[in-house]
Amino acid sequence: MPKVIYLDNNATTAVAPEVREAMAPFLDALYGNPSSIHTFGGQVARHVDDARAHLAELLGADPSEILFTSCGTESDNAAIRSALATQPDRHHIITSRVEHPAVLNLVRLLGTPGPGRTHYRVTELGVDAQGMMNLADLEKALDDDTALVSIMWANNETGVLFPVEEIGALCRRRGVLFHTDAVQAVGKLPIDLSKTPVDMLSLSGHKWHAPKGVGALYVRRGTRFSPFIVGGHQEHNRRGGTESVPLVVALGQAAELARKRLRDEPTRIRALRDRLERGILASTPGAILNGHPTERLPNTTNISFEFVEGEAILLMLDQHGICASSGSACTSGSLEPSHVMRAMGVPFTAAHGSIRFSLSIYNTEDEINTVLEVLPPIIRRLREISPFGRDQLAAAK
Amino acid sequence: MWDYTDKVKDHFLHPRNTGEIPQPDLDATVGNITCGDALRLMVRLDKAGRIADAKFQTFGCASAIASSDALIELIKGKTLAEAERITNDDIARYLGGLPEAKMHCSVMGMEALQKAIARYRKQPFELEEEGQIVCRCFGVTDRLIEKVVREHNLHTVEEVTHYTKAGGGCGGCHREIEALIAKVHGPPPAKAAKPPAREPAMTNLQRINRIQEVIENEIRPLLQADGGDVDLVDVDGKNVQVAFRGHCAWCPVSDVTLKGAVQAKLRELVDPDIVVEDVGERFTQA
Repeated sequence: MPKVIYLDNNATTAVAPEVREAMAPFLDALYGNPSSIHTFGGQVARHVDDARAHLAELLGADPSEILFTSCGTESDNAAIRSALATQPDRHHIITSRVEHPAVLNLVRLLGTPGPGRTHYRVTELGVDAQGMMNLADLEKALDDDTALVSIMWANNETGVLFPVEEIGALCRRRGVLFHTDAVQAVGKLPIDLSKTPVDMLSLSGHKWHAPKGVGALYVRRGTRFSPFIVGGHQEHNRRGGTESVPLVVALGQAAELARKRLRDEPTRIRALRDRLERGILASTPGAILNGHPTERLPNTTNISFEFVEGEAILLMLDQHGICASSGSACTSGSLEPSHVMRAMGVPFTAAHGSIRFSLSIYNTEDEINTVLEVLPPIIRRLREISPFGRDQLAAAK
Repeated sequence: MWDYTDKVKDHFLHPRNTGEIPQPDLDATVGNITCGDALRLMVRLDKAGRIADAKFQTFGCASAIASSDALIELIKGKTLAEAERITNDDIARYLGGLPEAKMHCSVMGMEALQKAIARYRKQPFELEEEGQIVCRCFGVTDRLIEKVVREHNLHTVEEVTHYTKAGGGCGGCHREIEALIAKVHGPPPAKAAKPPAREPAMTNLQRINRIQEVIENEIRPLLQADGGDVDLVDVDGKNVQVAFRGHCAWCPVSDVTLKGAVQAKLRELVDPDIVVEDVGERFTQA
């Protein structure tokens, strides 16, 4: 097995050693329940508070605006269902066609008539060929019945950024709640919710070096909230269930690391990403960048290789220890290519061969150089096997 | 996530039989780039009619490439009569098995072989060219579905999807696949809707009411069962405007579903000249 070159950080990331260290005592001696009245349990509550403060600082929020959850999907479910529950007289949801399934499948479920549930009208805003949304479309879609706008901060497949600032301002003007799934943005971009008009924001720890199983939901002070998980009084009655103290502490430590690293790491990662991207586009004919060239996360590149299939590329990369992902049908868990590629109108000839590389603070220039060496022959090899594209690629030369 | 045998990996990473044969005796392509996999099979026969050489070109995932390579290993040296007895199970077995969800790759191999032989004999390729298209997303016929259901004793739509891809797109054909499964395994399918007698001359109002009725009673339940929906927007003579909701609205082939399902139903039950048009906004399901 060759050394692993991990370029799939939008899927998940390595747990930072500092994070592992910070959470360890809470898997050991400090096992108390933060809700307990005795000193042994109660001392743990302070660490939960610290974690909340660290996360609030990363987001430019107040600690009282943060509630811990089990993952990004829970945060999305909690936010969307709360927005609807607290506004029973509004029955319209606006989202985008390129949301993560955590939002899209929930909203589509809410938009499907069924016995015993309220039926909501759903507007899915499209994106252009570069994956960008048009604010005018949102403006047109908003009406007096709109309960919620839920639009992601950054797309997980392409890294394309959405105009969160403008969306928030527009929603605020129209008196409509705005939720953003920021699972891919937090820890990768500076975020300041004291200046950005977002009402609710979802995040997930394992995308930026905390372990899997912990996320958070930001709920702006003054936003009415209806709990998704009903139970005990934890999280100020907003999320029942004993806090997962080790994971919450881990998330706090990851937030602290991210805040310090956001000063210069994004620049370094961007330089590596650009080197990878430019190298591939220059060396490989029929390679097409998916997504806007600049309005993007610094760590993500999504490239289609025409006339070859993504799973085959990934499996050949895997032989070299290189981890990436694909929007091809064979890897999307269905028989059709990714909904993001389709929403952008990427032709099927290219959508099946789309590969996403997503970097982290732990990637090195050597690793990028290895990919640049290994990838072009893989594409050439698969094109030799493929019945398609010979004439087109020859004509393009 | 790859549950591939070493043999699949070997034939994917080191295929023995890729390439082209100039002026092959047999030549057929199945699948297409839109669907995500395609296989071109080329065969040269010797004077005795045995397969002297065969090559493939495949666009597809690892198991599609490995299945293509395995197919050729299996047919080399055989007569066409011997080769045509090779089934997709033989291909899968040769590879030490395929993941359930990838069985369609072995079926593609079998189809390519049968199509090439049919072409060579100037016979129609019945799995593709006869019968009715059931899955419009992937262009799968009832012939092929019935064949795999019978040969592999399949009982669920999901199993049929694994073997043929049918039903793996918009989901609009799940009812039809269930009916084919029932047809093969014995119990008759649920009672078919009785086509009502056609009224020879309808007023415009009667026509609109009748169209509305058919959409409500015959079409919407089918679409809703698969998470989709359709609304009647307007009727202008023979021109019927509808808007798709839910799953149907974002199905990449809703245009095909539309023509295939809604129009056919309306033509059958209301008026043979009806033309259906989708006027749902492209990105909006408001």
